Amino acid sequence: MSLTAVNDFVIRFANVNGSGSASANEMFARAIMRMGIPMSPRNVFPSNIQGLPTWYEVRVTEAGHLGARGGTDIMVAMNPQTYNADVASVEPDGYLIYDSTRAMPPGKPRTDINLIGIPLTAICNKEYSDPRQRQLFKNIICIGALSALLDMDITELEKLVGEQYRSKEKLIQPNIHALHLGRAYAEANFKCPIGLRLQRSDKVGDRILIEGNAAAALGAVYGGATVCAWYPITPSSSVAENFTKFCGKYRHDPATGEARYAIVQAEDEIASIGMVVGAAWNGARAFTATSGPGISLMQELFGFAYFAEIPSVIIDVQRAGPSTGMPTRTQQCDLINCAYASHGDTKHVLLLPEDAAEAFEFTAGAFDYADRLQTPVFVLLDLDIGMNHRLCRPLQWDDTRFYDRGKVMTAADLEAGKDFGRYTDVDGDAIPFRTYPGTHPTKGGYFTRGTSHDARAKYSEEGADYVEGMQRLLRKHETAKGILPRPVRHDAGKPTRFGVIYYGSTAPAMHEAAEILTARGHTLDLMRVRAFPFHQDVASFIADHDFVFVVEQNRDAQLRSLIVNELDIDPVRLVPILHYDGTSITARFISSVIGDRLDALKVTPLRKAMS
Amino acid sequence: MTYLTKPKFHHPSLPKNTLGYTRRDYEAATSTLCAGCGHDSISAAIIEASFELAIEPHRVAKISGIGCSSKTPTYFLGASHGFNSVHGRMPSVLTGANLANRELIYLGISGDGDSASIGFGQFAHALRRGVNMTYIVENNGVYGLTKGQFSATADRGSKSKKGAVNTDNAIDLAAMALQLGATFVARSFSGDKTQLVPIIKAAIAHRGAAFIDVISPCIAFNNHPGSTKSLDYVRAHNEAVNALDIMIGRDAITVDYEPGKVVEVTQHDGSVLTLRKLNDDYDPSDRLAAMNFLQQETAKGRIVTGLLYVDGEADDLHGHFNTVAMPLNQLNEPELCPGSKALDKINAGLR
Repeated sequence: MSLTAVNDFVIRFANVNGSGSASANEMFARAIMRMGIPMSPRNVFPSNIQGLPTWYEVRVTEAGHLGARGGTDIMVAMNPQTYNADVASVEPDGYLIYDSTRAMPPGKPRTDINLIGIPLTAICNKEYSDPRQRQLFKNIICIGALSALLDMDITELEKLVGEQYRSKEKLIQPNIHALHLGRAYAEANFKCPIGLRLQRSDKVGDRILIEGNAAAALGAVYGGATVCAWYPITPSSSVAENFTKFCGKYRHDPATGEARYAIVQAEDEIASIGMVVGAAWNGARAFTATSGPGISLMQELFGFAYFAEIPSVIIDVQRAGPSTGMPTRTQQCDLINCAYASHGDTKHVLLLPEDAAEAFEFTAGAFDYADRLQTPVFVLLDLDIGMNHRLCRPLQWDDTRFYDRGKVMTAADLEAGKDFGRYTDVDGDAIPFRTYPGTHPTKGGYFTRGTSHDARAKYSEEGADYVEGMQRLLRKHETAKGILPRPVRHDAGKPTRFGVIYYGSTAPAMHEAAEILTARGHTLDLMRVRAFPFHQDVASFIADHDFVFVVEQNRDAQLRSLIVNELDIDPVRLVPILHYDGTSITARFISSVIGDRLDALKVTPLRKAMS
Repeated sequence: MTYLTKPKFHHPSLPKNTLGYTRRDYEAATSTLCAGCGHDSISAAIIEASFELAIEPHRVAKISGIGCSSKTPTYFLGASHGFNSVHGRMPSVLTGANLANRELIYLGISGDGDSASIGFGQFAHALRRGVNMTYIVENNGVYGLTKGQFSATADRGSKSKKGAVNTDNAIDLAAMALQLGATFVARSFSGDKTQLVPIIKAAIAHRGAAFIDVISPCIAFNNHPGSTKSLDYVRAHNEAVNALDIMIGRDAITVDYEPGKVVEVTQHDGSVLTLRKLNDDYDPSDRLAAMNFLQQETAKGRIVTGLLYVDGEADDLHGHFNTVAMPLNQLNEPELCPGSKALDKINAGLR
């Protein structure tokens, strides 16, 4: 028996880190996209530079399910270290593609899968004498063979080779030759295509393929960030690296070549956030990009920026914690640490993008929110969004859009006699005016401090002054609710007692799970939360349902805790659905856990009750 | 401390600088430090230097960390924006502020706890980046606000007020600054205004990372026999290598100096530093020699003061980054946002 499907399967490449497999695998994924077939690639990699196991998975999905599916239909097992485990993970009736040059590593052979042995090493050794060439072209030969086995359009691969080596033309022909070596071998030795195959489609549309970190970096460019201070940390480093790349392209004065930005690789995360706070205090749009350990280190200055009311933008690409945790595995585990960051009573603004397109929009928007609200704003990505290429709608920018610099009193305002009290709520929205340093010779100067202050920024340990300030900060949080991205609600279209709340990278898996659950006879309303503090709609959604599942990727149900805490919801009504092993959450997981619970509650599906 | 508030009115005959400001225009709230604190003398020296340089008070950003020293920005340049940050993090906050607006004058005020312990890393990195600033450490060798613990600049063998002997080696911040590539390094003494004021003026005029280690005795916790940061001890062991006169602009030098007794350094802004040699062999343009001299004299128990090193050709972080002349905080959509057409192209390249 063998699995059969068109444009609907999961292929996984098991490789060794640093062996040059990444670019070949990426070319394979892009060729599928170019055939108009939606696909979702994922990198599973170790915290290592060379030698450890790494996997690249491509989910081919005509239906457009971009979340991880779970399971492997075709395993391309190129790593002897993980061979046995890789073989064991193939779905029954699936396919194992392996290098048949040498005997397979000892292990229990499987009789319930289809074996496709290709003598990759032998083909390479015959063709090439240079060891590095043998290594690199082996990956390309393998892709060539797959193109025949899966009925992939070889011209798409050839075009991609041409694009990839545009500047190194002499590499184009050898790569195309290697593709054809593999393809010819497969055609000569196997019945092509196999049961799982590709067929040209038109389901990709105008979507683009981009990593969330690159999209966030573009968002910072478009959002007007001029100062970036950062410290390298997986999985966030490529945010700053992409920002550097894009600034190099778009942010130099065409006449003088001078830079309209400054990027500092700081000595640590504390200095990074210190620079961001200093720059933002002085009127520049500034951000840092980091991950969980960096968030822990930055705590003191988050509290300072909250209390002294300094705009700042923090992009947190979450990875599995606690401590060093699993640096190359994904989680949504920093919500509480960001929402209540620093000692004392604090609450911070969080943005929760679902994909690269929202990473772009929310990052650009974060600078407006931060300036408007004069407070730190956290953009919470995770490794799944940040470091994987994902199909998403094209990035868009409205050229009539202006940066909202918030309430800044100018020299002209001061000259005209406007009263300036740095922490005075003059408009009733709890947001005071600020001045940039150096604005006016005699007016508008003030002292910024982390010690308690009165409405005119004077040092004060008077209880009444302190309480007034702290209450105003709470009211400012209320103002934020009306400004931030609202939650997105999808109702099932028929009455149900059950709802689901989810956010961030869980979105594609959740949408697919909802379809599976519908097919199982369960009706669910969905709400995707996009920001903290929560909009009133979140409370209404919960009020509309008896029970709400809260699906998230951490052990302690952090979003659920925030909802319970901030909206005073009875915890019994919020059922945690938690996935936190570091792999991407899947529709299979969500639908089985929610489905089993609904079954256990002995819910009679509505259509049965009515029939 | 004094509870008397300063009167607001000015005597009409108070002297004015070239901008028409009096010294009072550079003052601020009354100090709440202990009476006789060395830090207040440093504040007075900053006021005097700013007055004499005729800088616009509001074009200064004064940034500090936490501690007695870091409180002092409240006590000078009242028209300036001040930033009393968190412990040990003044250098990063100042770096960010400087990147946002290269046109202001940045005055970083710190102490030995703030810079030699919790903030030692940031102290080092701000200097090695060449941030254009005047970084002053008000160095008393002791934690004052928490009542008398040793700081990392306390000399080994020196005694605390309670009689404990310090067994840890001292960090010499001026020596560190030299090693880290600061382009202006000086040490002075809060009790020597004649030496300190011109040094601060020269540091402000310097384009690049200027560091001044000012020994500033703590009257309350570190002014006893056995301390090496007491008024008496510093006076007895002070070894000034030079005396500085600073000329702003390219004015002709009218004072006659004995030949061979003067070193002149012209800085980027045209200011001329004229150093009268007190030690004939000392050359403040030689970083290596300065480092050696400091180590040798420290080993002899002497406190070397004066302008230890200056590089008149120094450049700063903005120079390294080649940033635009217009401050980054004044750039707007037209300069910063590539627009929808560029985005369409980016999208097209991602398909």
